[in-house]
Amino acid sequence: MMNRRNLLLSAALLTLTMAAPALAADEPKLPRQHVDLVAPPFVHPHEQATKAGPKIIEFTLNIEEKKVVIDAEGTTFQAMTFNGSMPGPLMVVHEGDYVEVKLVNPATNSMPHNIDFHSATGALGGAELTLVNPGEEVTIRWKATRTGTFVYHCAPGGPMIPWHVVSGMNGAVMVLPREGLTDGKGKALHYEKAVYIGEQDIYIPKDEKGNYKSYDSPGEAYTDTVEVMRKLTPTHVVFNGKVGALTGKNALTSKVGETVLIVHSQANRDSRPHLIGGHGDYVWETGKFGNAPQTGLETWFIRGGSAGAALYTFLEPGIYAYVTHNLIEAVELGATAHFKVEGKWNDDLMTQVKAPSEIPAAKTN
Amino acid sequence: MLIAFKLKLALACIAGLAGPLAVAPLVMERDAAEPDLRDPQAVVELHSGSVAYRVNGDFTHARKQAAAPLVQISLPRSLAVMKHQVSSSDYQRCVDDGACRALDRGVVVAGDRPAVQVSWHDANGYAQWLSRKTGETWRLPTDEEWAIAAGSKFKDDGIAIDDNDPSKRWIARYEREADRAPSDPGTRSFGTFGSNENGLQDIGGNVWEWTASCFVRRVLNDGGKVISESPNCGVRVVEGQHRAYVTDFIRDAKAGGCAVGVPPDNLGFRLVVERDRWPSVQRLVSRVKALL
Repeated sequence: MMNRRNLLLSAALLTLTMAAPALAADEPKLPRQHVDLVAPPFVHPHEQATKAGPKIIEFTLNIEEKKVVIDAEGTTFQAMTFNGSMPGPLMVVHEGDYVEVKLVNPATNSMPHNIDFHSATGALGGAELTLVNPGEEVTIRWKATRTGTFVYHCAPGGPMIPWHVVSGMNGAVMVLPREGLTDGKGKALHYEKAVYIGEQDIYIPKDEKGNYKSYDSPGEAYTDTVEVMRKLTPTHVVFNGKVGALTGKNALTSKVGETVLIVHSQANRDSRPHLIGGHGDYVWETGKFGNAPQTGLETWFIRGGSAGAALYTFLEPGIYAYVTHNLIEAVELGATAHFKVEGKWNDDLMTQVKAPSEIPAAKTN
Repeated sequence: MLIAFKLKLALACIAGLAGPLAVAPLVMERDAAEPDLRDPQAVVELHSGSVAYRVNGDFTHARKQAAAPLVQISLPRSLAVMKHQVSSSDYQRCVDDGACRALDRGVVVAGDRPAVQVSWHDANGYAQWLSRKTGETWRLPTDEEWAIAAGSKFKDDGIAIDDNDPSKRWIARYEREADRAPSDPGTRSFGTFGSNENGLQDIGGNVWEWTASCFVRRVLNDGGKVISESPNCGVRVVEGQHRAYVTDFIRDAKAGGCAVGVPPDNLGFRLVVERDRWPSVQRLVSRVKALL
């Protein structure tokens, strides 16, 4: 837990490193690189296979508590976010890099927050060293020793943990091997585009008439929300923060022949992604690149509390739906994204031999 | 179905009037407590109208998907259309009478708001009840009638078909549907979405309207003539910001439908009333029958 001594100590260290980076005792002698994060579903530019050596990669996460609208009916939700988005942004680094994250909790927020990186080792993923009150900021550095996609989330302690996580305060990190992705049998795998889909289960209380309630602050929502959470049945399951966030004008795009990496995180609850009309050519279901990917999958499993990655090269143009294949969640609760894929249709893979027409009357002779 | 309608002039008691006209109610004995369901301002009479009409349904030619033809259609006779959609309070009166299924919980019941979350069966049931109550024949408009009444607000849903590449059709339809104005599905008071040139309110607003037309598959010959058709009347044509085909028992199109495509915000309806050259006699006869 936070105490004044830790706070003063980290403040002092921070001042030292800022004033004279070369003199900080425990800092690795590595080049630094600052990376500007990008809102999901997009991912900041990054190398896959890299000839560069390890660096200290700097990221900043600004915590923002905000009231958001999560569906077409105008249902509001008191969200807690990293950088204003649900999920928080995807951070991409390489094995051996050091990840230095400045976590800022502006005074406009109402609660203490912190961050637990599943990719990090020790201190509850960093949660022990990052608790900040409104008006405070903290910087933590962890070494990316393991490759793969990993969840990060806020974990301020006790009942606050699940509540903050299902309020939107989660995201993911991808630690790439320095040689890039491979199929585990020596073949290098490369993607032209990476997308990050963060799935969020949301629990909104209803009033006596059965309408979703609206609150003016997270604190006011807390008691009612925990009651709904304890039933373990979400009222909404959404991709990128609201029903339909990745459809229509915001549908994901690709083209025939393009290889896409789809990183999927679910910080709290199991999910079973499926690309309707497509497959997972190479899927790291558990998200860990030290394992050879499974190939040619239909539907894969993202266990709650993890992020997985799937690689697919589109073969047919058209509209694809990317869903969790509990179709009730996909259609009724909002867990659907669309891909709009341009290109030339391949009749060999699929063709309508005969268009629908009336069943011919039975011949009598 | 690829028939060109011929324009005919209106006759009888409305002779001499060229534009849309509000029809005065016939004075009849009625229960004093029951407000007149035939509000004099609520019906617009169209005597002429013509529109470029993309025929509804699905077309094939030589066993492959074909483009739906675009034809010019006109009113064969005058058409009396409700100025606005059936209100939720009017619909509620049918419910209170025991003749209509109750409105869904979230629907605002008011005299100036549309009845929404209603299925085709609900709309039809209301039309039948209203006909009994007023002695007139109220019904859903056909898709063609709706198109003419909608006039400039009627949307062409045609897509150039490349029968070697079905994906182009899917993408074009998806992009067109995604191009809609951002929607707030909450019902608004009548007139919020404006009137068209025929004086009809809220065409193409956030309520899509049921028509009487069924989903039909038609087969074309080389000359573009329909050589066979098979209707599926379990699915009806719905019109609004775009044309949709919805299963007749569906009340909430938002959650239903395909994996792709943008569904209607709300399902509601407006009715047409059959008026002929001797309406006063007709109504008198029907009213007498209703009283017996």
